[in-house]
Amino acid sequence: MKASKAIPGPRRRALSTDRLVTLGLHILAGATLLLLVGFVGHIAWSALSEFKPELLAFSPTGIGNQFFNTIYLVFLALLISIPLGIGAGIYMAEYATKGKAQKIMRISIETLSSLPSIVLGLFGYLVFIIMTNSQWNLFAGALTVSILTLPLIATITEDALRALPASYAKGSYGLGATKWQTISRVLIPAAFPAIITGIILAAGRVFGEAAALMFTAGMSTDINWASTDITSPTNAFNPFRSGETLSLQIWASRSESLDPNASAMANLSALVLLALVFTFSIGARALSRHLNRKNLGDNK
Amino acid sequence: MNFKRKAFTAMAVASVLTLGLLGCGNDSSAPANSQALKGTITSSGSSALLPLAKDAAAEFKKKHPDVSIVLNGGGSGTGLKQVSDGTVNIGNSDVPAETKLSKEKAAELVDHKVAIVTVATVANKDVAKAVPNLTKQQLIDIFTGKVTNWKDVGGPDQNVVLVTRPTTSGTRALFSEFALDKNQEASNKSLETDDSGALIQSIANTPGAIGYVALPYLLNNSSVTAISIDGVAPTLENSYNGSYKVWGFEHMYTKGQPDALQKAYLDFIMSDEYGKKLEAQGYGVASKVKQ
Amino acid sequence: MNIESTLRADRIWRNVIRGAGLFLLIITAAIGIFLLYRGTGTFTIYGHSLSEFLFSTQWQPADTLAGGGHVGAGIYIVGSLITCALALLMATPVSIALAIYMAEITPSVGRRFWQPVIEIFVGIPSIIYGWLGLTILVPFLQKYTTADSGFSVLAASIVLAIMIFPTITSVTMNAINSVPKTYRQGAYGLGATRWEVIYKIVLPVAKHGILAGVVLGLARAFGEALAVAMVIGKMKAFPKSLLDPTVNLTSAIAADMGGTMEGSEYNMALWTMALFLFVISLLFILLIRYITSKGGNLSESK
Repeated sequence: MKASKAIPGPRRRALSTDRLVTLGLHILAGATLLLLVGFVGHIAWSALSEFKPELLAFSPTGIGNQFFNTIYLVFLALLISIPLGIGAGIYMAEYATKGKAQKIMRISIETLSSLPSIVLGLFGYLVFIIMTNSQWNLFAGALTVSILTLPLIATITEDALRALPASYAKGSYGLGATKWQTISRVLIPAAFPAIITGIILAAGRVFGEAAALMFTAGMSTDINWASTDITSPTNAFNPFRSGETLSLQIWASRSESLDPNASAMANLSALVLLALVFTFSIGARALSRHLNRKNLGDNK
Repeated sequence: MNFKRKAFTAMAVASVLTLGLLGCGNDSSAPANSQALKGTITSSGSSALLPLAKDAAAEFKKKHPDVSIVLNGGGSGTGLKQVSDGTVNIGNSDVPAETKLSKEKAAELVDHKVAIVTVATVANKDVAKAVPNLTKQQLIDIFTGKVTNWKDVGGPDQNVVLVTRPTTSGTRALFSEFALDKNQEASNKSLETDDSGALIQSIANTPGAIGYVALPYLLNNSSVTAISIDGVAPTLENSYNGSYKVWGFEHMYTKGQPDALQKAYLDFIMSDEYGKKLEAQGYGVASKVKQ
Repeated sequence: MNIESTLRADRIWRNVIRGAGLFLLIITAAIGIFLLYRGTGTFTIYGHSLSEFLFSTQWQPADTLAGGGHVGAGIYIVGSLITCALALLMATPVSIALAIYMAEITPSVGRRFWQPVIEIFVGIPSIIYGWLGLTILVPFLQKYTTADSGFSVLAASIVLAIMIFPTITSVTMNAINSVPKTYRQGAYGLGATRWEVIYKIVLPVAKHGILAGVVLGLARAFGEALAVAMVIGKMKAFPKSLLDPTVNLTSAIAADMGGTMEGSEYNMALWTMALFLFVISLLFILLIRYITSKGGNLSESK
């Protein structure tokens, strides 16, 4: 306190500015947190206050079918994009010659990942629906969404491989291993935790995708859970049936005011989507921390 | 060992159950359906016709559980184009095929007039209480943007908010032809909504809002109020007897003659039995119109 | 034999991996080519001029194969620009301030608490922001302002701002964190306060990274469709105030594409809008590359 008298004028002003700014930032951060908590709280409250058990039903009165479609669609999309994405990532990290090839790949990945999803949806609609002369279906939706996850998984794989110490590859080559042996037996297993974490994050990102799906996966769903014939258009696991997802259900509920439950269903869908995103995001984080700790333990 | 045995038992039980289910399915379906209709009907098009198609499909499926009916909206143009291309079996449209397709393409399609649909002018409750009726001229003035405040047509001092449908909408085509005498709506003064449900929602929540929807959307929905034109209320009766003019046929088009399955579905919709359900949903039976 | 098959496997896998890489390139090229092919139909098939599309405000494409309408997308383009500009104006200061707070003021809590929180919010589906906008913001504006309906430029901008601020914050925080510690220590050593260090050292050094984050946020806002479509009102007119509704490119595509007839003039005009969006998003990428390459020296010399 006494020292402050010794501080010259300009310095004192600088100190009080500093204190003021810090205070302002604290308030701002608090307000932001409040806003975010408010959002989640609002969704949770409106979903739970209107909650009726039938809203969870696997029938037109509930969101069960949409929930299933969402999970199934993301599963199909990952099935397509994981091998291709990991392959592309390995190519970028290990095979592509430095310079031109890598540059083109990178621009291509950036283009894909910054594509507005409505534009992607139109592309999917054109190629997977119109040109194949088919109806809206889950598989077309999955293909479209996989274009979203593909660049994510490729980038993650590339980063994970590049982050490995050079000694891994050198050691393997030193033992006489071929390039593919090195990649498949040494590098990929070592980078595996990071890749898995990345895939989970990628999955979390596409759960809520809507614009890319409205013209591909379709906005209606008709599942007969008793069906055991996978080629039947009402069989849950037939990828060639149309399937409305949770996010499309929210988009559609804005207009289906005929159904008195529409807004309750949309609120519940929003809550379920949030829960999915949270789970996957926290899950990926926890997994990566767990695996990192394990790795560190190994090194010691 | 123990685990293995358990797993085996579980598998055995599961397979017996599955077989059982399969067996049941066969047993019950065989005698019930003498015609044993099976297969898929795909249809797309008019959103005004969609609720009807959905209900008809559900009723039809009660009789023929092995039939899947895939229904998509998309608007009349999409329905016509897709049925013409062979993408769907049935194209639902509010407008005759000739207005959207070339003559040759339209000639390939077979028209099934399954119902009539009446388009009602609807407004936010508060205004509709004060202005339950508009003359046709007032209606035209409102929708062309000449009248911008409800006090000019005898209502409260409240701005008019026009809520409309896109130019591709069949409901809009009907409304502008029969209610506005082909005058174009002032699209630079109106909120556009992509379907009738969203339109109702907007009107219900916006003071001073006015728009139009097909009658079925007003059933069991008291959030907006229908407005009469020249003293005639938008009802099915008034449409049948010709006093209310704003209505049109709903068409289901097939490319060429329908196959057995499609014919069964179309016949079902146009049957007397389903006609009662049709009216209960706010659609009119096409054969009841006095022409 | 063993060596031979090992070598063969090596060769095969090299080609498989190359194939995966190539596939990614093909997809990208395919998207570009299809959009180009489809989007130019307005000009080649229906004979409209590019300047009509960009600058005319008369939007009345015919939903028939005969054409003969007008395809001026001026209002849509302006609508997209205005809503994004406003969103950026609202989100950027908050994002940068928040990133400073997380990286400089509470670095340890920032890393352990704020970073995950922001990451989660980056991942929240935009449709949820749209839904909140529709059920909270629009009724609020309708009730407490002079807006007739609540659907408005302001509602759209706020929804976009909330949607992109986590993105900008996250990138900005990374940029700030990558400023070498020695820079700060030097400044503190000279007796600077924390704010002086932030304002005079950290922000200028992290400038390029922050800018890249802002452009990234802008790109996200520009391409967002459904969240905006839910609250913008879709009135084909230039807004006279923030509380007026208007239209934008993405909401037009989302709302009208499904209702038009495949191949009609209207349909093609919407594809042209999609092509326009694609070109803009490419420009954003180039811009980000340019910005980060200018600022790249730092991270390399680190």
